[in-house]
Amino acid sequence: MAYFRSHILVCNDPECLEKGSMEILDLLKKEITKQGLEDEVQVLDTPRIGACAQGPEIMVYPEGHHYIQLEKNNIPFLVEEQFLKGRPVTKWFAPEIPEGAQELREPTTKEVRVVLRNCGKIDPENIEEYIAEDGYQALAQVLTDSNPDEVIQIVKDSGLRGRGGAGFPTGVKWGFTHDAIGDQKYVVCNADEGDPGAFMNRAVLEGDPHSVVEGMIIAAYAIGASQGYIYCRAEYPIAVKTVKIAINQAKNYGLIGEKIFGSEFSFDLEVRQGAGAFVCGEETALIASIEGRRGEPRPRPPFPAVSGLFGKPTNINNVESYANIPQIILRGPEWFAGMGTEKSKGTKTFALAGDVNKTGLIEVPFGITLREIIFDIGGGIKNGRKYKAIQTGGPMGGCLPEQYLDLPVDYEKLTEAGSIMGSGGMVVMDDETCMVDIARFFLEFIQDESCGKCVPCRVGTKRMLEILTRICNGEGKDGDIELLENLCMEIREDSLCGLGKGAPNPVVSTLRFFRDEYEAHIYNKECPAKVCRALINYEIDPEKCVGCTLCARNCPVEAISGERKETHVIDPDICIRCGICKQVCNYEAVLVT
Amino acid sequence: MSVEVKNDRDLIKTADKAVDMYHAKKEELIPILMKVNQDLGYIPKVVMAHISSRLNIPQSHINSVASFYHMFFTKQTGRHVIKMCESAPCHVSGGREVFNTLKENLGISPGETTKDDKWTFITTSCLGVCAVAPVMMVDEDIYGNLTPEQIPDILAKYE
Repeated sequence: MAYFRSHILVCNDPECLEKGSMEILDLLKKEITKQGLEDEVQVLDTPRIGACAQGPEIMVYPEGHHYIQLEKNNIPFLVEEQFLKGRPVTKWFAPEIPEGAQELREPTTKEVRVVLRNCGKIDPENIEEYIAEDGYQALAQVLTDSNPDEVIQIVKDSGLRGRGGAGFPTGVKWGFTHDAIGDQKYVVCNADEGDPGAFMNRAVLEGDPHSVVEGMIIAAYAIGASQGYIYCRAEYPIAVKTVKIAINQAKNYGLIGEKIFGSEFSFDLEVRQGAGAFVCGEETALIASIEGRRGEPRPRPPFPAVSGLFGKPTNINNVESYANIPQIILRGPEWFAGMGTEKSKGTKTFALAGDVNKTGLIEVPFGITLREIIFDIGGGIKNGRKYKAIQTGGPMGGCLPEQYLDLPVDYEKLTEAGSIMGSGGMVVMDDETCMVDIARFFLEFIQDESCGKCVPCRVGTKRMLEILTRICNGEGKDGDIELLENLCMEIREDSLCGLGKGAPNPVVSTLRFFRDEYEAHIYNKECPAKVCRALINYEIDPEKCVGCTLCARNCPVEAISGERKETHVIDPDICIRCGICKQVCNYEAVLVT
Repeated sequence: MSVEVKNDRDLIKTADKAVDMYHAKKEELIPILMKVNQDLGYIPKVVMAHISSRLNIPQSHINSVASFYHMFFTKQTGRHVIKMCESAPCHVSGGREVFNTLKENLGISPGETTKDDKWTFITTSCLGVCAVAPVMMVDEDIYGNLTPEQIPDILAKYE
């Protein structure tokens, strides 16, 4: 490994690429060579630097200087000052509390990075950097010092629970697959992260793919599998590319292949892509997809541990579950079990999205409260608005209102409160959110993604969606709420898989905590949050309007009339309630009633 | 996405290329269909028929798989495909307004193609870049932190 005194990481996220980050990278390389520094300063591209709204951006290590909004003509000066003369150009630094969104910031004191420890810090396309961070030491240890039963016991002792959402004890699952009888066994990684708002797995696959690869090889050794698959959704092309590179490098180093580390254990690993089906995150649907079939779940038993891919014993775990394994081996199961709550051990990554100031990825020990996550780490609600609810667990999760802010986050507590852990998506909602619209919204997603195989889900969610749509359009009827509650119960009990069983959750939880909003929609034909288009009107306040004509000029349907310097008027029959007039008005003269 | 009309022989050549890349086995069906979809912009019936004979599986099976997955198109798309993320984080971050503006600007609803074959507009589920919500993709380009005002400018970039 060549030793450089400085590394420049240039962000290659789609947002930065669009702003010309690769041209910046080329210019940096040119200037570095021009100054004769090419053996001292390395220029790399990497995902996950973070300030996506302010690209192109670079990180300079070891100093940790974060430059944002760079332009091509900045580069010669920057190289000369920072790298030749040792004088960082502070005027181009990211501000201390960056505006806009970052995917992965410097961790706050409440965070503990296990799964995310290398993301943004190492070059994910260079296996040597992973090795330098104790990479593949766990595998070496396991292959030389432990037998499969011992490995399974370590994982059991750690208390690790499946991070995909179901929270099944990972060690126990490995035990089942180990004990199952089969001439061929498989390990599969579920990288079909489809929960809206969840991008934790993507960060790990793009930023630290070897942690997943190493975890899978260890799992394969423990259960006796010789072949593995990483099933990654096609919406993550960079993750797919990065993982393929990692696998190739691991093969070149003999970490995947025949007789690994000189042991009798051989293992091969492949990547398979999804094709845009949320339901393929369900393990039996995922298996069907790898087999070249429609992603339709099937009843269990038999569980994949006994009869899975191609009918053979298969261990399926989430990206994050595998990514925890090397650290659990190296630092010991007691270290892992020392974090978290009684039944939920270790840390969990979450993706904060929605109306919170600091959206992005966090990793925290279980037991932290929602309040700490939203306000301490997340920086509170955007634009000074009021907190209304948080949706945890993705589209099959529940919405938790203010009274649950001090809930410690763990599997059992979230389920008791009427939500679920899910894969870790957390969507924060402010007081401008209509909870009926949100329920309808999640149900639309579920309806779209329902595989169609079983009637309760296929037909039941459609009927619920029809009712909710009517309610949001001002056509709610007396009896609708009771009908919804009935449907929720039936669908939950009778659906074939987790998607169907969880589909009613958003409706159930919003009915439980925000019933008054439903009633307002149905009986008063009102949307208290002023969101549902059929129930609101855009009006111009004559006291505030100065007649600047900005709204009229921007209205896409020409619904606004008025002369210059005279109060403008919106025609409610033409108005499509798009909200552009309110956005462009500089005088806050547009009211929503 | 290409919209040039190809004759059946060229379509079959594309199908063969995809099958040969992944081997003619049933479990390779999805990668094969993905390659065809990438090369042609959609999966024509004549291609499905050819894959059926090469993989020795019923054409109904191929059709059922091709019609199941959102990323496969079974009809020809416009020159450019707009995928607007319709998931919750985008929705609560102003995605609703952007969606309405897109609909107005394009003059079509999701699932439709404009009469001049320039745009196909679809909604997609979460793309996983929620930190910059709301998000849309035009072909392979991702646009984040969208506001309604940006829409006409973004659309104007494409021929």
